[in-house]
Amino acid sequence: MTMSDFPPGLVLILGAFLLPVVSQNIRSVLILGLPLVTLGLIWSLPDGSNGVVSLFTYELVLVRVDALSRLFATIFSIMTFAGGLYALNQKKVLELVSVFIYAGCAIGVVFTGDLISLFVFWEIMAVASTVVVLSVGSKLSYRVSLRYFLAHMFGGGLLMAGILAFILDSGSVEFSAMQPNTLGTVLILAGFLVNAAAPPMSSWLSDAYPEASFSGTVFLSAFTTKTAVYVLLRGFPGAEILIFVGLFMIFYGIIYALLENDMRRILAYSIVNQVGFMVTGIGIGTEMAMNGVAAHAFTHIIYKALLLMSAGAVLYMTGKRKCTDLGGLFQSMPLTTICGIIGALSISSFPFTSGFISKSMISQSAADESMFVVWMLLLAASAGVFLHAGIKFPWFVFFQKDSGLRPTDPPWNMKLAMVLFAALCIGLGIWPQYLYDMLPYPVAYEPYTVAHVVKMLQLLLFSGFAFFLMLPFMKRTLTITLDFDWFYRKLGGVVACSLDWVLKVQHQAEMATRTRLANYAKLDLRHFEPRSRPIGTMAVIMLLIFLSYLVFSLLV
Amino acid sequence: MTGNDEKHWLVRPNTIRLLWRYGIGLLVILVLVDVFKEPHPYFGIDGTFGFYAWFGLVVCVAMVLFAKALGVFLKRKDSYYDDE
Repeated sequence: MTMSDFPPGLVLILGAFLLPVVSQNIRSVLILGLPLVTLGLIWSLPDGSNGVVSLFTYELVLVRVDALSRLFATIFSIMTFAGGLYALNQKKVLELVSVFIYAGCAIGVVFTGDLISLFVFWEIMAVASTVVVLSVGSKLSYRVSLRYFLAHMFGGGLLMAGILAFILDSGSVEFSAMQPNTLGTVLILAGFLVNAAAPPMSSWLSDAYPEASFSGTVFLSAFTTKTAVYVLLRGFPGAEILIFVGLFMIFYGIIYALLENDMRRILAYSIVNQVGFMVTGIGIGTEMAMNGVAAHAFTHIIYKALLLMSAGAVLYMTGKRKCTDLGGLFQSMPLTTICGIIGALSISSFPFTSGFISKSMISQSAADESMFVVWMLLLAASAGVFLHAGIKFPWFVFFQKDSGLRPTDPPWNMKLAMVLFAALCIGLGIWPQYLYDMLPYPVAYEPYTVAHVVKMLQLLLFSGFAFFLMLPFMKRTLTITLDFDWFYRKLGGVVACSLDWVLKVQHQAEMATRTRLANYAKLDLRHFEPRSRPIGTMAVIMLLIFLSYLVFSLLV
Repeated sequence: MTGNDEKHWLVRPNTIRLLWRYGIGLLVILVLVDVFKEPHPYFGIDGTFGFYAWFGLVVCVAMVLFAKALGVFLKRKDSYYDDE
């Protein structure tokens, strides 16, 4: 085994177990040092497949290096570093441990060349990210993490069934481009899409992410959806259905963010919106589109983390997250405000920010392919992003009315992390060549033409104008908006309650019969109380599920 | 927070009035740029005068109204799920 056989993600995964046993100072060193070591390893790996392990008759490839996997692994380790810097004052070590395992597995997914190890990393990610939400330790976070976990187990189940069917069909475990035209590949696609927060499984994201800690949300925003984008890029380039799925996600994100009152839920919906741009690009599938998606995933991780860092700073300093409670914070939190605005401009792809040089490649690819409707919708969506994230977020949090709150900017490490990512947003916007050189295909695209800059400014500034014209319609209220999770939170509850009621009635009837019989036979049956039905039924169902897992796993 | 003097300069009515004035001036200039530059449309409609300006304005107004309408059906008090 040589250095090039060592999966770089393992540095973070193994390092995570050191975090709880060392002193505070050494922990800080590890939190900042491990991601940098990982980054160094990633860039020292030669192209090609290494780290080959045999499992039964299958060959697992743990280190497959090319431009695409290197790009995603790079941004994941940069994210872990900056997020770690931001989270240095996080007192819950459990959160940091699970974040490091989570990030390490995300890098693991990116480097695997086969479906079996991909699935293993995928599932550990689901568990680790659940623990990130759970580590908050409140009753609410427990319930939320349970829902989050079930959604991901559902996605994981689809993925596992898909992988099994795929292996039975093709006899190969290699993970490469496929078409959704067999049962196996369709299920794999569905499993991937659950993690991308595609409909109808999109509400887990806005349900769970805002309930993590001030720092936990920053990490969560980066890894799960972007590994999903990576595997879709790798596995399903040009799958036409993704255009429709992506466009739906784009507008769903905008509309729900417009209706939302909680600042972190606004940003959560806008993750779905941004991932929608990427999914649409993957559906278009040309080299320009694929480059655009890869570049957009890279810049998105940075500016979305920056936005959530500024929201996290507000939450950390004030303990408040509703727009109705916030406003006027620019006076006492100038640095947080400026960083938040830079993030907001980047997500809106304002000229000279990182979003401008990445998102425009996706729209360009739609124009190149003469997809008129897709192009018009992407353009409308670009305007909508400025509306819901570009202006709404900074306006209602930092300006709006004077809430009377006068918190200061957060501690130095959080400020430094924000400044670092704000600088990256602007730096990538001004010198896009560094990012373009890392993309999977050669880039023949020049974002800075006079025409393009003028068009974008017209579109964005008039969207901004519309925002202030429509401000009376945007008044924040103490409301939430029903989403897909209603089906399993309310409807599911009603069904469960009525089932429970049926069982109770049945139970009572049975007890009555028993009493009658007992009276008749003069027997004391109190010691033969039947156990509570719902628990017993649940146990049988769980047993059946585990048995079918076992049977399936023996079939492989 | 009584007189204007104690308010941050950015939120005084005078500043806000100036911001509106310069903002609208900027919008007008941006549209006028279209007079001087030759359009290179990908399709037909995007070659029309000030396309990106009016399109941005119209779709944003439409999206806000659509969200408002959807809100009538789907908005609930934020304590809706509290009894879980």
